[in-house]
Amino acid sequence: MWKFILPAFLLPPLTERRPAFGDRELAELSRRLDKAAHRKLGRSLSIRHVDAGSCNGCELEIHALSNAFYDLERFGLRFVASPRHADVLLVTGPVTKNMREALERTYEVMPAPKWVVAVGDCAIDGGMFGASYAVIGAVSRVVPVDLHIRGCPPRPIQLLEGLLRLLEPNAKVRSAETPG
Amino acid sequence: MTLAALTADATPIAGHRPWPRFVVTESAWRAASEKLAAGEVTLFGLWGDMACVHLALLDEPARDIAILSLDCADGRFPSIGASHPPAVRLERAIQDLFGFEAAGAPDPRPWLDHGRWGARAPLGRPRDDLRPSTYAFLPVEGESLHQIPVGPVHAGIIEPGHFRFTASGDTVVRLEERLGYVHKGIEGLMTGADPDRGAKLAGRTSGDSTVAYAFAFARAAEAALDIEAPPRAQMLRGLMAELERLANHFGDIGAICNDAAFVLMHAHCAVLRERVLRAADACFGHRLMRDIIIPGGVARDIDSAGAAQLREHTHDWRRRFRALVKLYDQTTSLEDRTVATGVLKPALARQFGAGGFVGRASGRAFDVRTALPYPPYDRFVPETALLQQGDVDARVRIRILEADQSLNLIEQIADNLPQGPLSTPITPRAGEGAGVVEGFRGDILIWLRLGASGAIERCHLRDPSWFQWPLLEVAIEGNIVGDFPLCNKSFNCSYSGHDL
Ligand code: SF4
Repeated sequence: MWKFILPAFLLPPLTERRPAFGDRELAELSRRLDKAAHRKLGRSLSIRHVDAGSCNGCELEIHALSNAFYDLERFGLRFVASPRHADVLLVTGPVTKNMREALERTYEVMPAPKWVVAVGDCAIDGGMFGASYAVIGAVSRVVPVDLHIRGCPPRPIQLLEGLLRLLEPNAKVRSAETPG
Repeated sequence: MTLAALTADATPIAGHRPWPRFVVTESAWRAASEKLAAGEVTLFGLWGDMACVHLALLDEPARDIAILSLDCADGRFPSIGASHPPAVRLERAIQDLFGFEAAGAPDPRPWLDHGRWGARAPLGRPRDDLRPSTYAFLPVEGESLHQIPVGPVHAGIIEPGHFRFTASGDTVVRLEERLGYVHKGIEGLMTGADPDRGAKLAGRTSGDSTVAYAFAFARAAEAALDIEAPPRAQMLRGLMAELERLANHFGDIGAICNDAAFVLMHAHCAVLRERVLRAADACFGHRLMRDIIIPGGVARDIDSAGAAQLREHTHDWRRRFRALVKLYDQTTSLEDRTVATGVLKPALARQFGAGGFVGRASGRAFDVRTALPYPPYDRFVPETALLQQGDVDARVRIRILEADQSLNLIEQIADNLPQGPLSTPITPRAGEGAGVVEGFRGDILIWLRLGASGAIERCHLRDPSWFQWPLLEVAIEGNIVGDFPLCNKSFNCSYSGHDL
């Protein structure tokens, strides 16, 4: 085991630099994200994820956020097991009719203030599944959405960008990167 | 031989490729049911159509498949599940989607239909008398038993499903699964789509197997159209399929160790997985390689620099992975959790035709790449890893061996890429075909029928999980509740692929 632990002290970390904010999709952000809420939250967000009908592709990339390259927790962002502990609900997938109630109930038990991030093309408008008898479609048709992150699935770096934007809504688009 | 005897009097459907399909009588259907129950053939699929039901049978020793179709105009067919339990959930799904009754079925409860679609039998003749949205779990009797309901929303970042544990103290007496939460109606969306759109839908059936699904779909469509993908495309498909397998094996081996609280392994495996996805991205422009396999071939090429780079990567991955395997071997506290935990007996794996590492860890040596070889595996043959123990440890070890094989295959394929076109043009026409591909999780069967306009009339996608989920219920029995995540992860069945 020491073979794995020792190099960790000697070699540089794998971790990527913090992503620069791009203003493309993120410009739509902050419907309800005001300064007051940010003061309450400080620099830390607890995130709960719900798969409301995804193909599981989006989950794979959300998982990747925890690997050593993206290391989500260094930004004060962490995944929690219960919605009752969460500030942010990350929802993936076109909402299926069979998952609607579970999604609503998860949202309801979250303490306010709370935010919803819709992850992936399916969560935005139902993606390829919107027309199905079994699907409601966009997450925003079931719970209010504050931020959309596009992609099928979005790359981890895009997810990171989006989530960091939740922490710093007033951050201007930065051209220079700050080391992570 | 067995299949030939079953279909001796039946009429084969013209133009069904590559395996034959027969319209059979009810007595032949019942005979098939008996052969299944006797273990002479393996259930490979069972699905509904507008006015009939189809039954795919696998003859493992003969390496052959046949599809039997029974007319179902009166809305009933003799239940296979009545004598062969692996068919039960498939019949419940047929009942939910098409409204056909499996006469004599042991479990008539709905499966995918939770009473919320706004219609019943959405793929057959829709009715609006909805099912109730409540569900009757199996009754439990006995002293000092308690129940633990879990899900559909789980504590981690995973797909939704409901698990109902009945426990005596810490020991699981019974697990009952309830699935269908992520049912998206994919087969409904397939109808009317053209093959290109169909391939995209197939690639979104189970995100971790997007390459395998698109691969199986493309093979089914090509069989129906009687065309073949050009050699370079076939090799690139193999390359992507092995990269996908490798990424999943790397990631899951770590995740299983994580569920046994060995985080170090998880951290390093996650890094390896990320490296594979980045290489896939560099070669094919998408981390999961989605939408690259299309009917007729592949949508994009890899340049020679990309192939050479892959070659370098495999050296590096192999070196890192071997060190991790050594770590797994030397950590007795970890093996204490994985050995003899969640045992799946070989007899059950055989009965259910369990595919992938679940089957191969329990003595069932079936791998589509060698049993029903398709290009490029007709030239590059992996060795089939096989163990008998059937515990969590065996499933991990099979995946370790397979990851190693995938590394070899990636090297062999990358070294032998022929030049040439990337796809064969498609002329819309009618036809029927099946495609079977070994995804990382096991055998994926896709069957489709194209109409004269070239659009899909009916497409069925059968995930390997259909024959693995029920076995998880058995494997967890007698284990402690706290070991469920570990057992579950070692099976890693797909929710979305199963729910469709
Ligand atoms: S956006 Fe793409 S990856 Fe995400 S759930 Fe939908 S189909 Fe899957």
